[in-house]
Amino acid sequence: MSAELTQTRVGRIANWNVAIIAITVLVLIIAAASVDSFGTGQNFGFLVLDLLPIALVALPMTLVIVTGEIDLSVASTLGLSSAVMGYLWNANQPIETIIPICLLLGAVLGAVNGFFVTVLGLPSLAVTIGTLALYRGLAFVVLGDSAVADFPAVYTDWVTGTIGSTPIPNVLIVIVILAAVFGVILHATPIGRAVFAVGAGEQAARFAGIRPGRLKFWLYVASGVIAGLAGVLWTLRYSSARADNGAGLELAVVAAVLLGGVSIFGGKGALPGVIAGVVLLGSLQNALRLSDVSNEALNVVTGVLLIASVLGPNLAGKLRRT
Amino acid sequence: MRKPITVAVALLALTACGGTTKSSTEGQNTPAPQGTAGKADPNAPLKEGLKIAYLPKQLNNPYTDVEVGGGKVAVDEIKGTYKLVGPNDASASSQVSYINTLIQQQQDVIVVAANDPNAVCPSLNQARKAGIKVVTFDSDASKTCRDAFINQATTQGIGESLVKMASELAGGSGEIAVLSATPNATNQNSWIEVMKTELAKPENAKLKLVKIAYGNDDDQKSFTEAQGLLQSYPNLKVIVSPTTVGIAAASRYVSASSYKGKVAITGLGLPNQMRQYVKDGTVKKFALWNPADIGYLAAYAGAAMSSGQITGAEGEKFKAGKLGEYTVGADGEIVLGPPTEFTADNIDKFNF
Amino acid sequence: MTAVQLTAARRNSLSVVLRARELGIVIALGLLVVVTAISNPRFLSGQSVRDILLNTAILAVLAVGQAVVVITRNIDLSVGSVLGLSAFTVGTLLQNNPGLPVVLALLVGAAVGGVCGVLNGVLVRYGKVPALVVTLGTLYVVRGVTYFWAGGSQINADELPPGFLSFGNASLLGVPVLVLIAALALVVTAIVLRNYRVGRELYAMGSSPQAAQLAGIPVGRRTVGAFLVSGALAGVAGVLFAARFGTIDAAAGTGLELNVVAAVVVGGVAVFGGSGSVWGAALGALLLTTIGSALAVLEINQFWQQAIVGGLILLAIGADRLVAVRVAAGLKKRGSHVG
Repeated sequence: MSAELTQTRVGRIANWNVAIIAITVLVLIIAAASVDSFGTGQNFGFLVLDLLPIALVALPMTLVIVTGEIDLSVASTLGLSSAVMGYLWNANQPIETIIPICLLLGAVLGAVNGFFVTVLGLPSLAVTIGTLALYRGLAFVVLGDSAVADFPAVYTDWVTGTIGSTPIPNVLIVIVILAAVFGVILHATPIGRAVFAVGAGEQAARFAGIRPGRLKFWLYVASGVIAGLAGVLWTLRYSSARADNGAGLELAVVAAVLLGGVSIFGGKGALPGVIAGVVLLGSLQNALRLSDVSNEALNVVTGVLLIASVLGPNLAGKLRRT
Repeated sequence: MRKPITVAVALLALTACGGTTKSSTEGQNTPAPQGTAGKADPNAPLKEGLKIAYLPKQLNNPYTDVEVGGGKVAVDEIKGTYKLVGPNDASASSQVSYINTLIQQQQDVIVVAANDPNAVCPSLNQARKAGIKVVTFDSDASKTCRDAFINQATTQGIGESLVKMASELAGGSGEIAVLSATPNATNQNSWIEVMKTELAKPENAKLKLVKIAYGNDDDQKSFTEAQGLLQSYPNLKVIVSPTTVGIAAASRYVSASSYKGKVAITGLGLPNQMRQYVKDGTVKKFALWNPADIGYLAAYAGAAMSSGQITGAEGEKFKAGKLGEYTVGADGEIVLGPPTEFTADNIDKFNF
Repeated sequence: MTAVQLTAARRNSLSVVLRARELGIVIALGLLVVVTAISNPRFLSGQSVRDILLNTAILAVLAVGQAVVVITRNIDLSVGSVLGLSAFTVGTLLQNNPGLPVVLALLVGAAVGGVCGVLNGVLVRYGKVPALVVTLGTLYVVRGVTYFWAGGSQINADELPPGFLSFGNASLLGVPVLVLIAALALVVTAIVLRNYRVGRELYAMGSSPQAAQLAGIPVGRRTVGAFLVSGALAGVAGVLFAARFGTIDAAAGTGLELNVVAAVVVGGVAVFGGSGSVWGAALGALLLTTIGSALAVLEINQFWQQAIVGGLILLAIGADRLVAVRVAAGLKKRGSHVG
């Protein structure tokens, strides 16, 4: 990796980050100006709650993808965490015990992924498609098709509530803190540098004294813990534990991360862009729904944005070179 | 994994001396706001220009289309604004997003079929706090978070008529199975409960309910489940499917298989979907209420509430256009009427 | 990682391994059938076997197409959506032209799918966008387009011409026609992959894209071609779906991509390309379908099905890895230098 190369790469990432953040801000402004009640405090709260699970899971996912791997099992981990939460609540366990158990469960599920990928050296795409089915299946085994409700109001109210009389939802605190933690880790610590190094070239990283396997293993554990937390928050938000909670969310998360400028081949990406990607997807969805645009259009917009986010920079690069 | 374990242990230790459990919070969960309870004024005029929004379990379902179609007719009659929104998957979480959107759009009435009786509750209560009247149909939400529920027929009436049809088709004795929607569909389960009570009666002692299968209201899944039932229970005489998706899928499977003529299908179905199977002899009889009337009645109930004619309390009366006068029952339930039985003789008279 | 001089030797031992690999699925399948049949002999009745084969047919056609793409070290996640679009197109077409011959319906389905496939291929190859991203995008886009078009409408069995529906139930010499179509797709693809230059080139591309390019293989055209095959087969599967189920709405085939990838992986096609066969993929599809039916017959809670599929995927890739390591070690011992 020559210094020059590093510089252009940094330049391109910065460009895309600025671009995606600019697009997101633009969309927010246009939506606030043209869509009735998009800009209200209450709608802001709904928006944050709607993008909460994607925002949380996207954080560790960014790190995982930067190392050149992927974790498609996150939504199923979320579902299994929710199902176990419902099961234990029905078994009359105190919620203060259940929540840490769900986080621990997330860690174990993540560790299983990590084991298959790093110890056995299996391709992460295949492994996590397998655990996607496995974890979701186990969620149904645990809870069947039933729903568990009646979680304590203190907890559900906190998740759906706002800070004092401001329109700022409580869960935004969780998002901000975790985003800051992951942002600092990725961009300002040796761990973050190791993540980029492994993504750029595992062999080279190994020569530089990094242990890629161990790093990836812990990233999968982190991914599992956050997905477990997302399962807990999801359950409390809807006050309903179900085995099918969050089904299909993994694709939205991957879409948001890639839209945020992270390369699927690893080695490139930045967290601010990812957060912009999450906000962009969430607010587009919210604004279009308020304007009575159908769900179908949302599908098309998501898909096109996803392809464009990779195609755009590629084409731009090609044009510049010729 | 050292760190999470330490954290978990610390938290466990912290909470070891008594935490919040299901039994400790039973009954403590906040009851709903009692609407903007005022007094009902039966003589108040029906307001014009009401914004009435329909939120079914999911779009793209022929039965739902008929229901909300009736709703549109009623909304036009009372000069309101009709709106239809809904998810493409029957999930509770996407319904919540739609309810939130409807609150922002300041609708007057939300007519909703709940995918999960509890998950939609907080949002529905937020809507009611904003002055929106909430009417449920098809699948009720918890009583604490809606103003009225349009019941297509009494649970008792449907359960009884399902068992009666099954008994007639089985000739009074033999094995029967149920092909339901999802295992936590509120309406399905209460009908099945009534069926079980009915089957326990001496006159039905020779009928044996061998299995309740779930097709998740998914055509392909119901098809496969019907297939599985017939393989597992060779002596099966009747499949009772109290869902339009299930009965159509089961009929289609049986009509093209070697079981045709040996196994009877009955339950709740749409005449248009079932016509073919009634004509080819696969299905002798099935029942249903007119779904369009449900959406129709819901619009009038919502409008009557929004205009202050009723509050949703037991005993209040209101007029529902061509359907005549209705009385609100216990717990805000409004019952549409008895179901109709369809056979080869009368099916051509119905078009829905 | 693979040294060029090893290719010949490797292919030999690999083909032995692969044959063993497919044998493994056959044995698993045999065990499953025997155990289930002992507990309920009706599992082997004509009707039951017919049902399993019919259910496999659609998944197998998709798996064959997917295998072709995966062999070139790509993936096609859009197949479920393409199936839905094709089924709805053909359904609408038949609704308006009841006299349309079935063959034409199949061709229209294949064409619709083929167009989607070419779009995928072009974006992957000439837009330099990874296949995972492209097909994840088209998964959304194609499904959205179908919803847009259907707009909540559903095509019911009574709106389809009887000729088309009877095609869904028809048999030739006791074998359902849908199964024969699936078998035809399988055999043709298998022969092309195994005995023709084009087929071998696809494997070469999957083993080492750079080497394939250097060897003068038209990688661009081949990539687009692989996606074309996968798309067209997904389109055909859409027509089979319409004929089999009779009821078509915009959601047809939602989430099917996971099952297809699972079938391919269980069938021994390596996700990093270059190895595996369409036979394996089809066997994988048969195994997954049989598990589903067996669980219903054995009255094992249907909720276990998905978990079992997940476990199988892990088992399959784990076993493949183990075998690959053994083979590599064996070659090393023979004095070759593994780079």
